[in-house]
Parts: sequence; C-alpha cells; structure tokens
Amino acid sequence: MSAQSLYDKLWQSHVVREEADGTCLLYIDRHLVHEVTSPQAFEGLRLANRKPWRNHSIVATADHNTPTDHWDQGIQDPISRQQVETLDANIRAFGALAYFPFKDERQGIVHVVGPENGATLPGMTVVCGDSHTSTHGAFAALAHGIGTSEVEHVMATQTLVAKKSRSMLIRVDGQLGQGVTAKDVALAIIGKIGTAGGTGYAVEFGGSAIRGLSVEGRMTLCNMAIEGGARAGMVAVDDKTIAYLKDRPFSPKGEQWDAAVEYWKTLVSDEGAQFDSVVVLKAEEIEPQVTWGTSPEQVLAVNGRVPDPAAEADPVKKGSYERALQYMGLTANTPLTDIPVDKVFIGSCTNSRIEDLRAAAGIAKGKQKAANVKLVLVVPGSGLVKRQAEAEGLDKIFIAAGFEWREPGCSMCLAMNADRLEPGERCASTSNRNFEGRQGQGGRTHLVSPEMAAAAAIAGHFVDVRTFA
Amino acid sequence: MKPFTQLNGLVCPLDRANVDTDAIIPKQFLKSIKRSGFGPNLFDEWRYLDHGEPGMDNSKRQINPEFVLNFPRYAGAQVLLARDNFGCGSSREHAPWAIEDYGFRAVIAPSFADIFFNNCFKNGLLPIVLSTEVVDQLFSEAEATEGYQLAIDLEQQTVTTPAGQSFSFDITAHRKHCLLNGLDEIGLTLAHAEEIRVFEEKRKAQQPWLFV
Repeated sequence: MSAQSLYDKLWQSHVVREEADGTCLLYIDRHLVHEVTSPQAFEGLRLANRKPWRNHSIVATADHNTPTDHWDQGIQDPISRQQVETLDANIRAFGALAYFPFKDERQGIVHVVGPENGATLPGMTVVCGDSHTSTHGAFAALAHGIGTSEVEHVMATQTLVAKKSRSMLIRVDGQLGQGVTAKDVALAIIGKIGTAGGTGYAVEFGGSAIRGLSVEGRMTLCNMAIEGGARAGMVAVDDKTIAYLKDRPFSPKGEQWDAAVEYWKTLVSDEGAQFDSVVVLKAEEIEPQVTWGTSPEQVLAVNGRVPDPAAEADPVKKGSYERALQYMGLTANTPLTDIPVDKVFIGSCTNSRIEDLRAAAGIAKGKQKAANVKLVLVVPGSGLVKRQAEAEGLDKIFIAAGFEWREPGCSMCLAMNADRLEPGERCASTSNRNFEGRQGQGGRTHLVSPEMAAAAAIAGHFVDVRTFA
Repeated sequence: MKPFTQLNGLVCPLDRANVDTDAIIPKQFLKSIKRSGFGPNLFDEWRYLDHGEPGMDNSKRQINPEFVLNFPRYAGAQVLLARDNFGCGSSREHAPWAIEDYGFRAVIAPSFADIFFNNCFKNGLLPIVLSTEVVDQLFSEAEATEGYQLAIDLEQQTVTTPAGQSFSFDITAHRKHCLLNGLDEIGLTLAHAEEIRVFEEKRKAQQPWLFV
C-alpha cells in the first residue's frame, strides 16, 4: 500500500459507504453538544419522531450563555436561561454519555471539557456544532465543526454526509524562541496563508516546532485552523499525546489501554505521504504576534506598525484595510506597542487551559494592572482548570494584580453572556476572532497570546513580552 | 426543505471580502431555540444604526441608509452577490437561516468558507462559486443597472445575465439531487441504516474503548 497521511488514515477508517461522485457517509465516534447549536436539532428529532442513533456518543455541556460571576443568582438573561434549560431538558429526554450542566464542577468550554475528560481520543471522528471543534485534532482525531442540520443528522444516523478534503501539511521547523507560543505560531500561519488559505483542506501540523509543543499548545494551534479556513487541523500521535490521555475519566483502562496505545501509535503520516499542498515556516522567524485589524490574517509581529492602506495595490485588500483601520480607530504607521488597551480578556477555547493561566500568571506575578485598563477578565476554560489554578495559587496572583478571577465559560470570546466590550473599547484578547462586533458591538479586538495579554494589562498598551520585565 | 430548481431573481451586490457569520447574524440572536425568524436581523449591525436585541420590534428601529441591503432598488432581492471567503468564522447555521428567511435563494461569490457553504445546502439556499473575473463583471453590471436580475438554473448548472451571457457552475451530484427535490437528507441516509450498523459492529470489535 502506498504511503498514507494521517488524514488519509482517519478518513479511510470511517467511511461507511461511498457514492460515485465521492460523497461518503462518514461514521462519527464523538458528538460534542452545547446549548446554542443543538435546540433546533433536538426539535428536528422530535418532529420526525426519531431517537439518537447512539446517545453514548454525546458529551454535552453549557458554555456559551453561562455567566462568569454571581453563579448563586443563576442566569439572569431570560433568553439565555431558556436556551440552557432547553439543553438540560433535551439531554434528560434523549440521553448522553456525560452532561456537565451549568454549575457542575466539570462544566466548561466544550473544547476544554472534551479532552480533559478523555472524551476525545486519537483515531476518533469528533464533531460539534461549533467551528472550533478543530481543537480536538491535536489528538490525531478528525475533528471539525458542523451546522445544526448536521448535528441532527449525526444524532439520527451517527454519520455525516461528506467529501474528502484536499490535504495540506503545515510544517514548522526549528525551535520557538522564548516568549513565543502556540498562539503566535497559529497567528503567524494565518498571516502567511490568509483566512481562506486552508479552505477546502484538512491540515496536518508537523515539524520539530510542533513536536516541541505541549498537547495544550497543539490544541491552541488546531483550534485556530478554522481561522485559516481549514475545517480540520491535526497533529500526529506521539508520547506526549499518550501521556496526556493516561487515566482521564473516559480514556480506556487496563488491557484496552494497551490495545488503544498500540493502535494510536500508527496515527502518524507515513514516510513519503503525499500532500496536495505544503507550507513551511521557520520557528526562529516567528515573533510574538498582535492582530491590528478585523480579520485574523491582519496580524503582525509586535514590533511592527499598523499598515498603510495606500501601500496596497489590490483594490479589494486596500478597501478592507481602510475599513479595518476605521473600525479599529487606528492610524496607519502607528507602532503596535503605542496602542493602549481598555480591557483584557484571558480565556476562550483557544487559551484558557492551565498552561495558559500559568503563563499569564507568570507575567502578572507581583505586578499591578495599569490605571488605564478598566477590566482584566481571567476566565478558566472549565471547572477542573479553575480548581487546578486555585490549587496552584494562580487566582491569588491574578487578584493581587487587579485582575478578575471568574467562573468558566466562553465569556467575552463571543460575548453571548454579560461579558462584553462597549462601543469603541479596545481589548487585548487571547480568543480567536477579531471580527467586527465579535466581543460586543463596536468593540475592538486585538488577538494575542496569554503572555502578551497579561503584559498588555500591566503596561496598559501592547509590549514585547520577550523584553518585558 | 424547499426544492430549488430555477430562479429569476433581483441581485443585491455586497461588495466586501471575508464577510463572517458574526456579521451575517450577530451572537445575541443565537439565543433563539427556533430555526426561523432570523431574516429581520440579517446583517443587523450593518443594517441598523441602533443596537439590536432579540424581541425588539425591528420596524421601529433606525435603518442605516448607507447599507446596500437598505437601498430601495434592492428591495425584494433574491440573489446575494458577494466577495471572497463569504461566510467565514463561526459554524452557526443561523447565518444561512437568516439569509434564506430574508428572502435570498442563492449566494454568488468567488469563494465560500467550507462550513457555511455546506450549511446552505441543508436549507434550500444555493451557494454558487464563479470566477473572480465573472463576479467582478456581475458586480459592475448589478451596480450599473437598476432592476438587474440573474437567471439561475440548477438542472443546467448555469447563471445567465440579462444580456444572455451564461456561466456554468459546479455542484456535486448528491447535493444537486437533494436540492432539486427538496429531500430530507436524514431520510436518505437512514435508507443505509443496515450498512451503518454493520460498520459500527466491526468498529466496536476493533476499538471497543470507543463504545463505553
């Protein structure tokens, strides 16, 4: 047999049937569910009098609408509350392998909760009505976001109608410098290929810099594959993957663990595997990144300056640069480090895991947020992350620095709950999207790593974390 | 699902690249547990000058007269003409729901984001990819000519201009069949239930740890 890529292996092992035009029925192992994109799917099942094909494939949690403070008061917004209660009722009616409802100690962002419970395993197909499902590809799973009609389709049939994507290898060779994180790698890749660069592709991240990343770093990287247009991002299995999964609640145990590990070790691209496209970056050339515009591809190294639209030849690009600068309230050629911030958000499915919080705390320790910074929100990705952070005393470091230590959830990444930017407010954010209005209507988002966000909170403006003391 | 066969529709040109699904339907409207009624909030932050929330009477809101959808000449448009990477970002199917609920039946662009593209087909909304050059031409013509309509024929896979110029587009046989007939995809898949069951049993034997 010819050399196969990781994607080839994952795809092939899930094809139930294939039609003449290449359309396949793909078997789905894990279905992650949250409150926003599932109610209409459950309703569809009800209307058609259908049952879930295998409700033990479902792991559910409430994350988008949940508040991050005053949990004793419940969910104040009645429409948000209704959506969360609808999920409660649907899971009661239809069943699931696990449900982590609002206030449960294991509740949290679905893409944090899945892996930390061992509900995401190598070799799985993982879907969720959420574009950041690409996160789970960090475990050599084929994982991608789907729409609500597909949520219903997976519930009813345990399959998805899909066609194989083209394959792309993004190789990052070398060693990342001090202060340069997985987030910076993700942003640098998107800056290079553009937000549509990965459209139509399933991306494998490889190379020595990727192997050097922790499993949590790989999750950050795969999480942002979708911001580069690729529905799925993935990283091959290695010893780090296996060590991470050992003894997680839903990880296999005993003899099954041994059998699983033996299989998982085959989940790598074979020597000589072919890709439709290969992109190469040098780790040493990647610097801490800051986005300046309203698309994740509008990104520069921290020591750069806001671009001048007049220098752009392409009229569509020039127009979008002008529009972005106007929305962001920025002037061409301003050094990024001169841009002051009003709020800082440390959290989201991209950067809310324990290593992210440790990194942010490492910067904030013994310091105070700048006077011009109105609010620094630290929102752990899950109840378990929160508990771990508190066990390590990270909460005390944040509180002493004037940051707010909150309850887990999606929070100000998309501002469906009460955490949001007001019009014109500027935010250093560890989340994944700097779209217009994403963090609140009129809000201005700059995407950065947790270290860079914490440093901006202390300095009051963007700073190069490599020289920040 | 409403079948899609042919359409002769007024074209509304939205001249922006990378239109994301947050812009198509902002997050506050995602709190609904229904799949209809999103049309009045399509492009909410661009379309209105005030801040929109679910449950508001949209007819009383302040319209942004500079946003293309609000130009009287585009009232009743059924074809949305767009730029590269339309529908990027969040997987929310509320985006095609809003576009369809507003009255559009087709979106034409040089490229679409994958998840959005896929979601359209589940809702009787036809996304059509045409080359950048052709889309440029359609933008010029639509902006220059009031009442500009395009004729779309799914069976023939063509888009035809008022001057009779025809452009063909690609679509997979499966998607075309479902759209032409307005088929319930779940019903189609369940016709293969036995194959799925056989596959599942084999998988269970090979990787029992996936079936706890």
